[in-house]
Amino acid sequence: MSSLEARGLEVSYGGIRAVKGIDLTVRSGELVCLIGANGAGKTTTLKSLCGMLAPSHGEVLYEGVPIAGRPSYELVRRGISMVPEGRGIFGRLTLEENLRIGAYTRRDHAAIRADLERLYELFPRLAERRAQQAGTLSGGEQQMLAIGRALMSRPRLLLLDEPSMGLAPMLVQKIFETIRRIAEEGMTLLLVEQNARLALEVSHRGYVMESGNIVLADSAKALLKDPKVQHAYLGG
Amino acid sequence: MDILTQQLINGLVLGSIYALVALGYTMVYGILELINFAHGEVTMFGAMICLAVIGAFAGSGADMHGAIIVLFGLLAAIAVCVGLGFVIERVAYRPLRRAPRLAALITAIGVSIVLQNLAMLIWGKQYISFPPLLPLVRYEFGGAVITNLQIFIMILSCLLMAGLLLLIKRTRLGRAMRATAQAQDIAGLMGINVNTIISLTFIIGAALAAIAGVMVSAYYGLAHYYMGFMLGLKAFTAAVLGGIGNIAGAMLGGLLLGVIESLGAGYIGTLTGGFLGSHYQDVFAFFVLILVLVIRPSGLLGERVVERA
Repeated sequence: MSSLEARGLEVSYGGIRAVKGIDLTVRSGELVCLIGANGAGKTTTLKSLCGMLAPSHGEVLYEGVPIAGRPSYELVRRGISMVPEGRGIFGRLTLEENLRIGAYTRRDHAAIRADLERLYELFPRLAERRAQQAGTLSGGEQQMLAIGRALMSRPRLLLLDEPSMGLAPMLVQKIFETIRRIAEEGMTLLLVEQNARLALEVSHRGYVMESGNIVLADSAKALLKDPKVQHAYLGG
Repeated sequence: MDILTQQLINGLVLGSIYALVALGYTMVYGILELINFAHGEVTMFGAMICLAVIGAFAGSGADMHGAIIVLFGLLAAIAVCVGLGFVIERVAYRPLRRAPRLAALITAIGVSIVLQNLAMLIWGKQYISFPPLLPLVRYEFGGAVITNLQIFIMILSCLLMAGLLLLIKRTRLGRAMRATAQAQDIAGLMGINVNTIISLTFIIGAALAAIAGVMVSAYYGLAHYYMGFMLGLKAFTAAVLGGIGNIAGAMLGGLLLGVIESLGAGYIGTLTGGFLGSHYQDVFAFFVLILVLVIRPSGLLGERVVERA
């Protein structure tokens, strides 16, 4: 069953057609990545899928229901959660307030408490800093927080925009380990990433985007071996 | 009589009213980076509505306690101002959300003029006096006099400000307001309906303004269609003094400005050998505004420099 399906998706951004009619499917329980160079339209695609941008043409189905053009606050309630580019942490809120605001759509206070504790077990570094202003956290901690915060709404589909951006290699490894673990627990994920090798290594399938179009779509294994991909994105 | 104590008391009373109005400026600025210049007029409407309701009760000859009548007036003022705050945002500011900031600022001034003229058409140009419904009791306090009304204004203001701080710091709604103030896009990703939060911000600010308007008219015994202009400017000054966008700053700025004004008015005659009188009171507020803008543009508790209108 497909979780997310985009057909003929077109998005204009600042007067430019940044996404030029793409088809994209994420099946339930799958980890799919969208790779490509800077400016290929990956982030714009993701933003149109989570309601931050309205597509100008095309259809988006989430669990069979059309969602194109719906605002993001509504999509969160339907089970789509997004880890935005640059992490989007509320710097003047405490770490725990950031997590609690991730659970804004929920009213089950006891379960929220339990989810918080589970997250703190998953990320012990965050537990130590729960009362700290989130703006004072390191980049890696902020990325962990952003992922944890997105999970607090108990999504069924998690969108991740460039989670490795601006992080030291060791932290990038850690973030990807976390993503793999979340996927193993059954979450459906769509990952946008410039670090193509890492993204393909954790994903089931991948799409390659170039100047607003999807130019390749295959299993992650096949893409890793594809000479064009190796040449353009894997530095081989 | 001890002038210093007396002026301090007067200043704190005036300052707590400024603080209530300043909160409305600062909350809206915090979320939209917009100076809502119509906010002073909302305060004026609060005073006018309250007096209209009081007048209607007095005219009906109903035998009711004065305080109950004033309470009805206050509740009516809050209800009308809340509606006004909601409508102003919806009609005047929301369509300009993505327009250049200057457009919204000019619109704010426009709304302010419209409201002033509307009030003038409804209630006329004359001063309306606050009927003596509340028995005034004076207490001696350290060589100065404090009235029951002054005590009431200060206590109610403190309660309202404490309540607002609790709301903003401790509740889900408060968290959502702070998140929206920091990044609207990201707040949306959390499931927060940003438009609802912005409406609520205007509504809370307007309710506080209504209460402040009733306080001012009860305190001075007068209301006037133009009263919101000066009160609004003073409260705006207080918000800038405290650091615009900062809630605690607006409270501090309001109280400080009230005290500065009162002390200034109390001593200016002595200091200038009688050359300038206490009617120069208003000068102090704007002198403070200029000083703050020159020396510390981000205000006492502000984090960022205000560099946009």
